[in-house]
Amino acid sequence: MPKQSPVPDDLDRGFWEACNEERLVIQHCSACDRLQHPPLAACFECGSRAGLSWKPVSGRGTIYSYGVVHDTPVAAMQPEQPYNLAVVQLDEDPGINMYSHLPGAPIDNLPIGGRVEVLFETTGNGQKVPEWRLV
Amino acid sequence: MPDVNIIRTPPASMYRDKEGMGIWPHRGKVAAVGIGHAPTARRWDERPETSVGGLSIFALRAAMADAGVTPDQVDGLVVVPDTTTGAYWPAGKQVPADFLAMYQQTDDPLDGVAKLSPEWIIKNMPELVNLKVAINAPTCMSNAVVVAAQAIGDGLAHTCLVLKGWHNYVGRYYQGGANAEPTVSGPGKFSAPWGGPACYGTAQQFQRYMYKYGKTHDEVAPFVVNSRRNGLLNPDGYWAQHRPEQLTADDYINARWVAKPANLFDNDIPIMAAGAYLFTTSERAKDMRQKPVYFMTTASDRTRARGLALTLEEVEEATASTGRKLYEGSGVKASDLDFENMYDGFGLFHIFHIEGLGYAGIKRGEALDLFKGDISIEGPNPVSPSGGNIGNGRTRFWLHSDSIQQLQGRAGARQIKKPVEIAVSGGPTPTGGNFVIWSKSPD
Repeated sequence: MPKQSPVPDDLDRGFWEACNEERLVIQHCSACDRLQHPPLAACFECGSRAGLSWKPVSGRGTIYSYGVVHDTPVAAMQPEQPYNLAVVQLDEDPGINMYSHLPGAPIDNLPIGGRVEVLFETTGNGQKVPEWRLV
Repeated sequence: MPDVNIIRTPPASMYRDKEGMGIWPHRGKVAAVGIGHAPTARRWDERPETSVGGLSIFALRAAMADAGVTPDQVDGLVVVPDTTTGAYWPAGKQVPADFLAMYQQTDDPLDGVAKLSPEWIIKNMPELVNLKVAINAPTCMSNAVVVAAQAIGDGLAHTCLVLKGWHNYVGRYYQGGANAEPTVSGPGKFSAPWGGPACYGTAQQFQRYMYKYGKTHDEVAPFVVNSRRNGLLNPDGYWAQHRPEQLTADDYINARWVAKPANLFDNDIPIMAAGAYLFTTSERAKDMRQKPVYFMTTASDRTRARGLALTLEEVEEATASTGRKLYEGSGVKASDLDFENMYDGFGLFHIFHIEGLGYAGIKRGEALDLFKGDISIEGPNPVSPSGGNIGNGRTRFWLHSDSIQQLQGRAGARQIKKPVEIAVSGGPTPTGGNFVIWSKSPD
């Protein structure tokens, strides 16, 4: 899919660099042993900055829900319409979720609760982004 | 300019965003009296008087006249500074000369055209000679409403104007700008590449809702049809003023998808509009032209999504908590609500709002069953008698206007047929919103 390319910054560079190495990492607070996503400058729960690091996760999850996009304002995605847009919950913590186009899956026929695994897609500027496929 | 204390950000202490705060100390001591709505339009025609600034002045003066209050009696002003429907003033385009000639400018050349500051209103309404305090209340009329009520209760002002204006320009909203770039920076980089439109978040929540409770999108039709009907009974609404077209269930069911399961009529129509209220102390309200409608409590939600996407379960917990806060702060029970005007732009989350409140005795997963019965203004359980954004265009203020008018007994053709004493309204979204319990009586 012709996605917009994320431009990393100091806050999230660890996440995006790991994507380029085809590894999925999530920001983790060691002070309260909690994952958070998207990344923040401090732990949302306890406020710790020093305790934040990038924790590898399994890259496995389930489909929480989805929609089918017919009218997006994002120009790059308009030629692809209609397309699936799912919310994927991570196995390590269902409170952490990510978006996915579920490449290869039939349009508007997705199993809520279905199992998925991560893959990585290269965008226009070379930055890889996490995607998910049904398993 | 009068010497006005301008509060840029309302302090957190103005919001009742936690459970366990007890009865609101100002319960029954603050009242809504006057309402002013400017004429609506689909887009700005670039005449100065129809700019968002021009419409706002119209609405503010109308609210004072409606209440029978002279401008010198007003000592407070709460302004929502954000006015965009998602339309942005094109970079490099000059503000029309007629606008610059008609109005006093502030340091920001787009003030009055693409945003509103208290300074712009003060400069262009010199009749507000006794204004003492002006407060910026970002984003939404519901925020401005609860801030104004708290300000009056706290004694920051005794007679307060409350304003929300909207601008909409030519073109499709949210198109262009960052959405047309090949790259994305900032927090949007975790969502924008996947291209979800604004209604997507609600759409995926509703998809989960259908899965969880065994419901269908078609079952929403009676709500949307009822909302358009109610909106067409509001002479101030966009559809009544410009496109008086009833909507049928078939129209709704066959409408094009935006993000399935959210279709065109689950989204509201962006418009030019301005709405204003006059609030005051219950004591002063006695002498004004319209009957007072009393604030029983305010409540606010500050839920933050744990992940990227807000889940249905997070929404359900937030709306239930809002209900508990409203009932605790007001002393009112769910069964006391005679009608509800919870926010509906997007229409689908109206369902989550009213289930959280337990309106008309419903529990989780039962809102669509309620919609199968009589939810009209003639029936026992009126749903969204204002018509909301769905029936009137996007303003996020019809809900409060209607709650006030219904309890004043002057909702005209929309007047609910049964006697009404207690109402609830608020929004915008189920999380992050601000809400009010209203009463015909201060006790």
